Amino acid sequence: MDFSFTDEQETLRREARAFLEERFPAERVAELADSDEGWDPASWRELAELGWLGVSIPEEAGGAGLGFIEEAVLLEELARALYPGPYFSTVALALPALSPEEQARVAAGEARWSAEVDGLVPDLGAVDWVVADGAAVRAQGHVLPTMDATRRLGRLAAEAERGASVGAIDRPRLLAALAAEAVGIAQRALEIGVEHARTRTQFGRPIGVYQAVSHSLADTYVETELARSLAYWAAWCVAEDDTQADVAGAAAKSFAADAAVAACERAIQVLGGIGFTWEHVLHRYYKRAQWIQSFAGFGAVLRADVARAVLEGGEAAELDGAALAAEVG
Amino acid sequence: MDLRDTPEEAAFRAEVRAWIAANLPDELRGHRGGAARFEGRAMREWSRRLSDAGYSGLTWPREYGGAGAPYSHQAILFEEIARAEAPPHIGVIGLGMAGPTIMAHGTEEQKRRHLAKILSAEEIWCQGFSEPEAGSDLASLKTSAILDGDAFVVNGQKVWSSYAHIADFCILVARSDPNPPSKHQGMTYLIVDMHSPGVEVRPLRQITGEAEFNEIFFTDVRVPCENVLGEIGEGWSVAMTTLLHERGTLGFALTTSLEVAVRKLLALVRERNGHDPLVRDRVAREWIQLQALKYTNYRALTALMQTGIPGPEGSVSKLHYSESNQRLTKLALELHGPEAQLMDGETGGYWQYQQLRSRGNTIEAGTSEILRNIIAERVLGLPRSR
Repeated sequence: MDFSFTDEQETLRREARAFLEERFPAERVAELADSDEGWDPASWRELAELGWLGVSIPEEAGGAGLGFIEEAVLLEELARALYPGPYFSTVALALPALSPEEQARVAAGEARWSAEVDGLVPDLGAVDWVVADGAAVRAQGHVLPTMDATRRLGRLAAEAERGASVGAIDRPRLLAALAAEAVGIAQRALEIGVEHARTRTQFGRPIGVYQAVSHSLADTYVETELARSLAYWAAWCVAEDDTQADVAGAAAKSFAADAAVAACERAIQVLGGIGFTWEHVLHRYYKRAQWIQSFAGFGAVLRADVARAVLEGGEAAELDGAALAAEVG
Repeated sequence: MDLRDTPEEAAFRAEVRAWIAANLPDELRGHRGGAARFEGRAMREWSRRLSDAGYSGLTWPREYGGAGAPYSHQAILFEEIARAEAPPHIGVIGLGMAGPTIMAHGTEEQKRRHLAKILSAEEIWCQGFSEPEAGSDLASLKTSAILDGDAFVVNGQKVWSSYAHIADFCILVARSDPNPPSKHQGMTYLIVDMHSPGVEVRPLRQITGEAEFNEIFFTDVRVPCENVLGEIGEGWSVAMTTLLHERGTLGFALTTSLEVAVRKLLALVRERNGHDPLVRDRVAREWIQLQALKYTNYRALTALMQTGIPGPEGSVSKLHYSESNQRLTKLALELHGPEAQLMDGETGGYWQYQQLRSRGNTIEAGTSEILRNIIAERVLGLPRSR
């Protein structure tokens, strides 16, 4: 049993954080989010050069030949920086449905993809193709006003051009990706709240000395760490194609998304008036947290899946120890 | 990252599972915990068997009679004990708190005298820290230990001491300097023979109706100087070693306990309200909370094995466990409907007992408020509130 990242994975995280902090500070994210396009298409070339687009694509197809754990690290860091751009849509959502040739084009930064889920397409205006109903559909349609302007939803036009047939999206992978993003959001919201509680003075003392404030932040820390454990478990299950990937993805996404929303709400409260302004970056994290919560099923929808698995499904027997016995044997 | 057992861990798990199947007496299977864990020959016998098999001091160094095994073995043992719903070893205070403190601060004579007997369950230990006027604020304790020739004379009262009524020894923190420069100084950590004249143990009846804890009264109890653990006047730092160990290994015991509760809850739901969507949502929530605890402990375990130091996850686990257990036992009662009040219903009062007992979870071994302070100050770096 080893539940830690490798040195290479830790290095990837450090490099990603440094790059994103430099290239996408809060002011730049705000500027892009408020722009018509919603992102900076030139940044895609940079992500391709960093090798982030082909992390899990085999080396012979121009990728890095790594796995989903590395992608989860990047998703967490990209969310932490609120990177506006179709990385989640292309890599987490569409990639598993694509042919090796198409994957090679993704790795090279030549094609951006999304997928239709529940009739909605994330980043429709920022991608070339959409996985919909087993086919590649050209990204033609309407981008809709979306609460989270860094990840706008759209609807495909009925007459959008249909291309080659493609595979299906991988739901456990999608859920694990959202859980990893939620952890990045929750962590950043916690840091913003802690920083404010340390420095903001009222009644002659930093407000962090008041337990009504500090305990609320401690709760965010606890929930973020619990969400992190579930998200990494789900990422590992996806990477290993483990039999628990379905239930782990549902468990992790439902818990982590709720934790991220709560983390932002507590941070807004701790920041007081400033946290309620458009000027402060916090509302953008809050909106992304809610985006994650709503996409592919709110918590209750996912918990219904978990209940089925643990009360009736094959998981019920497995979780009672049969799987473990098999592992031991 | 690999969440599977290594081949070596898998072999140990198989060994433990087979051993429990062969050695756990039927009457101890499905043990509900609480005061019953002290009573009867079967409990002592079970503890002795665990010790004989080498499972009681798994992570203790070999030089002290332990198995020198990695922490992962301890985690596996706890998981397998949970799976079998077996009771814990009767010497948990000695194994988890007194023993490690003696190893860290004890003299060679103290180590020789006690460690082997803690392992073999010949000596049962209890803890004398909390007092009526010193709960979370431990340093305000008043029990006195005054040097008189070759012994300390102890007077005072300790409270919330589990196992005291059957214990042979007590780890006691007392004030040896009545006028210290600061309240964290002038305390001395003593090993007290519970059979000494002047020691009186009274059961403390709790919310569940049973007495799982005790009060200990010390009246002119003479404790020889050779029983001082660490330096005279340095009791606070020795006590911190004890509490570090308490939190360090607690996580796995708590996961174990919650896992048993969730299994029973799932069985109850299947039997009674399996189709109610509201119940299904809440039970799924509890199952997810259990996984969150379990994998947080795995992360803590990995960090412990890599660094040798327990991380802040201990506080996370304890907070999370206690609130989860309170919520899920209430859910279990709700599933009983109007029969929830019956203490001898078809489940024999099991859930009624667990629900009442769970109120102690957010108080014992560090209240939730103290744990949130620890997280706020030591992990998040917020200014001290006191």
